[in-house]
Amino acid sequence: MTGGSVTFEELEAGAEIGRREISVTRSDLVRYAGASGDFNPIHWNNDFALAVELPGVIAHGMFTMGAAVQLVVDWVADPGAVVDYQTRFTKSVPVSDTTGTDEPGALLEVVGTIGALNAEARTARVDLMVTNAGQRVLTKAQAVVRLA
Amino acid sequence: MPINPDLQGRVYPPAEVYDVAREKIREFAHAVKAVHPAHFDVDAAQSLGYADLVAPPSFAIIVAQRADAQLIADPESGIDFSRVVHAEQRFTHHRPIVAGDRLTAELHVDQVRAMGGGAMITTRAEIAAESGEKVATTTSSILVRGEGQ
Repeated sequence: MTGGSVTFEELEAGAEIGRREISVTRSDLVRYAGASGDFNPIHWNNDFALAVELPGVIAHGMFTMGAAVQLVVDWVADPGAVVDYQTRFTKSVPVSDTTGTDEPGALLEVVGTIGALNAEARTARVDLMVTNAGQRVLTKAQAVVRLA
Repeated sequence: MPINPDLQGRVYPPAEVYDVAREKIREFAHAVKAVHPAHFDVDAAQSLGYADLVAPPSFAIIVAQRADAQLIADPESGIDFSRVVHAEQRFTHHRPIVAGDRLTAELHVDQVRAMGGGAMITTRAEIAAESGEKVATTTSSILVRGEGQ
C-alpha cells in the first residue's frame, strides 16, 4: 500500500529524512518483554545480567530496532510501506535504573538518510544511524520503503 | 554443552497458528513507541487501504521467536538461552501483516558457525497465512556466548 504523502520523484539519495531521540527506561523494557514475549531476564534483572557477564540490564535489540524504524514509518506515513528492514546489533544498550524519576535510563539518537533509490521498483532505502551516548549501536540498519 | 553442529539444515515444521489480534498490535505498537494511527484505529488503517489494523514493521518477531523457541528448547541443540545475544535481524514483508491474520512459521536452521567457545546460529522463519500465501520471511542470527565471551 502507498498511502503516504512522500512521492518517489521528490527523493534524492543522501538527503536526510529526519532525526529523533528515543528515551529508554527499565519500564519500557518490561513493556517490550510483555508485548513481544521475550522474557530473557538480561532485559529486566540486573543481578542476572551481571552473572552472565553483561554490564547490567541491556535493552532488547528488537526494542531498539523496532523503535528506530518509527522515524521511517512516520516519514512515509504508512507502516505497511516498509517492505524490508534489517540490522546488525553491534553494541548493547545498557539501561540504568531511573525508576521513580523522569530521567531516561538510556537515550538513543536516530538519524535517517536516503541511502539508495530504485526507480523500477519505486522503492527507497533509508539508512538509519542509531547511537547511544555517541556510539553506534546498530550497523547496516536499512529500511526499504515502497512509495507512490 | 557445546552447540550441536548437526543443527544446520534442520527444518522445524509449523507448530501452532498465531492469531494476530487488534489488541496485540496496539500493545506491540505502544511497546516500540509507534504512534501511527493505522496501528490503533481501524478507520485510519482502512483509509490507507488495509482490511484492518496494520502491524508495525518488526511485529513478525513475535511469530519468528516462537518458532526459534522450538530450536532453543530442543534438548539436542545445546543452546543456553541466558547466553544468547541477538546479532542480526532482517524482515522481508511479502505483504503487510494485519489484524485477523492467522499465521504459521516454518523454521529453517540455515547456518551454525563455531565462534570461540560459542556459536553463531542463523535461522529463517517462513511466515505464511493458513491459505499458504507467503506473508513474511524473517532471518535472525544469534550468538550463543561461550564462557568468558
